Amino acid sequence: MTPLVEIRDLHVEFPGPSGPVPAVRGISLTMGREKLGIVGESGSGKSVTGRALMRLLPRQARIRAAALRFDGVDVATAAPATMRKLRGARMGLILQDPKFSLNPVMRVGNQIAEAWAAHRKGGAQEARDAAFALLEQVLIRDPKRVYDAYPHQLSGGMGQRVMIAMMLAPDPDLLIADEPTSALDATVQAEILRLMDRLVSERGMGLILISHDLPLVARFCDRVAVMYAGRVLEELPASELHHARHPYTRGLLECLPRLDRAVPRLPTLARDPTWLG
Amino acid sequence: MMIEVRALDVRFGSVHAVRDVSFAVAAGESFGLVGESGSGKSTVLRTLAGLAADWTGYMAMDGQPLGRRRSRAFFRRVQMVFQDPYGSLHPRQTVDRILAEPLAVHGIPDGESRIRRALEEVALPRAVRFRYPHQLSGGQRQRVAIARALIADPTVLLLDEPTSALDVSVQAEVLNLLADLRAARQLTCILVSHNLAVVAHLCGRLAVMQGGRIVETLETAALRAGKAQHPHTRELVALSRDLEE
Amino acid sequence: MSGSTLHDWLLSDAPASRRQAAWAGRYQTWLALRRNKLALAGLFVALTMLVVALFAPLLATHDPGVQNLGNRLQPPSAAHWLGTDELGRDVWSRVAYGARITLGMVVAVVVLVAPIGLLVGCAAGYAGGWLDRILMRVTDVFLAFPRLILALAFVAAMKPGVESAVAAIALTAWPPYARLARAETLRIRDADFIAAVRMLGASPWRIVLRHVAPVCIPSVIVRVTLDMSSIVLTAAGLGFLGLGAQPPLPEWGTMIATARRFILEQWWVAVIPGIAIFLASLAFNLLGDGLRDVLDPKQR
Repeated sequence: MTPLVEIRDLHVEFPGPSGPVPAVRGISLTMGREKLGIVGESGSGKSVTGRALMRLLPRQARIRAAALRFDGVDVATAAPATMRKLRGARMGLILQDPKFSLNPVMRVGNQIAEAWAAHRKGGAQEARDAAFALLEQVLIRDPKRVYDAYPHQLSGGMGQRVMIAMMLAPDPDLLIADEPTSALDATVQAEILRLMDRLVSERGMGLILISHDLPLVARFCDRVAVMYAGRVLEELPASELHHARHPYTRGLLECLPRLDRAVPRLPTLARDPTWLG
Repeated sequence: MMIEVRALDVRFGSVHAVRDVSFAVAAGESFGLVGESGSGKSTVLRTLAGLAADWTGYMAMDGQPLGRRRSRAFFRRVQMVFQDPYGSLHPRQTVDRILAEPLAVHGIPDGESRIRRALEEVALPRAVRFRYPHQLSGGQRQRVAIARALIADPTVLLLDEPTSALDVSVQAEVLNLLADLRAARQLTCILVSHNLAVVAHLCGRLAVMQGGRIVETLETAALRAGKAQHPHTRELVALSRDLEE
Repeated sequence: MSGSTLHDWLLSDAPASRRQAAWAGRYQTWLALRRNKLALAGLFVALTMLVVALFAPLLATHDPGVQNLGNRLQPPSAAHWLGTDELGRDVWSRVAYGARITLGMVVAVVVLVAPIGLLVGCAAGYAGGWLDRILMRVTDVFLAFPRLILALAFVAAMKPGVESAVAAIALTAWPPYARLARAETLRIRDADFIAAVRMLGASPWRIVLRHVAPVCIPSVIVRVTLDMSSIVLTAAGLGFLGLGAQPPLPEWGTMIATARRFILEQWWVAVIPGIAIFLASLAFNLLGDGLRDVLDPKQR
């Protein structure tokens, strides 16, 4: 059986003033219809990896890979038209701030209906009904009001729900969520993650959750890949995170201040040059 | 009491951002304000700092009531570190220029050695002195912001989400630095954050805000011991604990 | 210091003094500008004109004012590189001296206008409230007049000449700078780095002059450079209409005005100052476009 996502030896470089700057340096990941977390600090290459898979990187980025496949389709060489079809219908991307992903001058309900109609066959009324159904699925209590709202009239959590509804409209196989809750309050964050968790499980989709927040990712994913400086340092089942072996992963967990007990001084992360490989 | 706030109300036009907030902070104490976005925690801090004008109530520092306009002496004693180290440093000034400004404003002599000492105090290498903010990492920028706040020797340090824009490993370094500086200089600190664990780490006492009001004020030890009373505090504690297991 | 060590000194990522940091910043700008060939061409033409203007007495082959009626309307030759005009004056020498007048007017307008616009805009934007409203309504009043018409009225009221032309252009040129500086100021007024300076206890004037204005200066420089071409055109236009520099001063627009009677037979007499105007205007435009790419804070 072909895996949903297969990445082997992926390299991504951006041109810089003094030669190419590597962002991803030979990572390999394989996933099925599961929840994979990619964790790393800023500049670790986690977002670039997600975008490379959707081929949404800026034009000047150079991508090289032994394999970069989505459900058997070679993403690295696919025609732009194939990619457009894949991106809309079979992969969805959720970003940190829905305000930048939604059209500011279009009612959100119409945007969801449009996303639905673009990939399914059906009339305007069907699309409208589907949009209402999706808004209900993402647990919006008053779908009528939200349907007619413009993006700026929604709170951060509500906007992110709308974004999820829009991405679910074509019934994709893979959802890539890049820091989907980093701009949200803790209470809302938990709700959104539970919602995503449930929808992904119910529909049997794959989910790539990209985040800087290791405990959060471990809480909601099946498997976690820890990235550092463009490489995957360690890949492990989320349940075994607290037995992580790599000093970087351990360091990331230990340097967090804790609520359950007072830590007089936070351990800091001593970066070992050998991690750069 | 070093800082005293009583029945503070702040409005922005028709928005009633802070309602009837009262708290007091003793000299040398660290006090935390926790809440979600829109709870009014940052507004309280900015009003105390003199950055918001439309308020009613009573605020005092060291027994002296504070008016609408703050004197230069007030700013000599009270300094602030902002959330976003990318936004709080002038993009067209070098670190040197940024650190020289407080000295120029307050007419403090001996700038050269003070700037050098300030950089040492926040553990920044000398090489960064003539760099621009965009040439520094996020953690380095926040260290520059801390150095600027401390270079004129204030007694009160206001911290507005000082680590929430930083990676967790950098957050740990900055929190350690703040703890060291506070102990060395016997600073009175008020820390605003959405992160309960960060506030608990740095502060002995904290207030939880929701909808512009303080819903509960308690000792950090009581919080850790699970003695929070208000449902909102309990919810925040539960969410924070949930990720710690 | 040799070329490569100077290069290293300028590009060092750990400058050791204020001076080095400042020059490194300028060098970066130059390196970025150097990549834009059109801007470089504009800079070259503008600098050439500046040199011609400064050294006109050395470069001119004849006295620009001396008439020789026996030698009228000659085509270009070895003796008169660009020919002679209707009074037998050497056109090359007159164009060279004309560069002095045109660039002089441009510089005078810019020196008058840019600081005023910058200051008005920054002060209005930073202070807000009634000061903002008053300053901006005054700006609107001046902005509402068509530039050439107001300049015409102004010159008509005073006596025509270079000084009144400069005053007239300056009067209509400052409002866009004020608008620009105000917009830029509003963008950064509530930024944390301004709040941080307020928290230092700095006075409003100090904040405006030392912290707000420097942020606005790059966009003002870009706008000034782009505007220089329209100042050249307005100055020439006023000269052409007989309201700017007066004959026998060799101002380019004035030269075209007097030569227009011969445009069909002795076309070079009118076309050559026209080319000068065109080149000056184009050069400032190209340079301005290049500077915008380099200095625009949004692209940094």
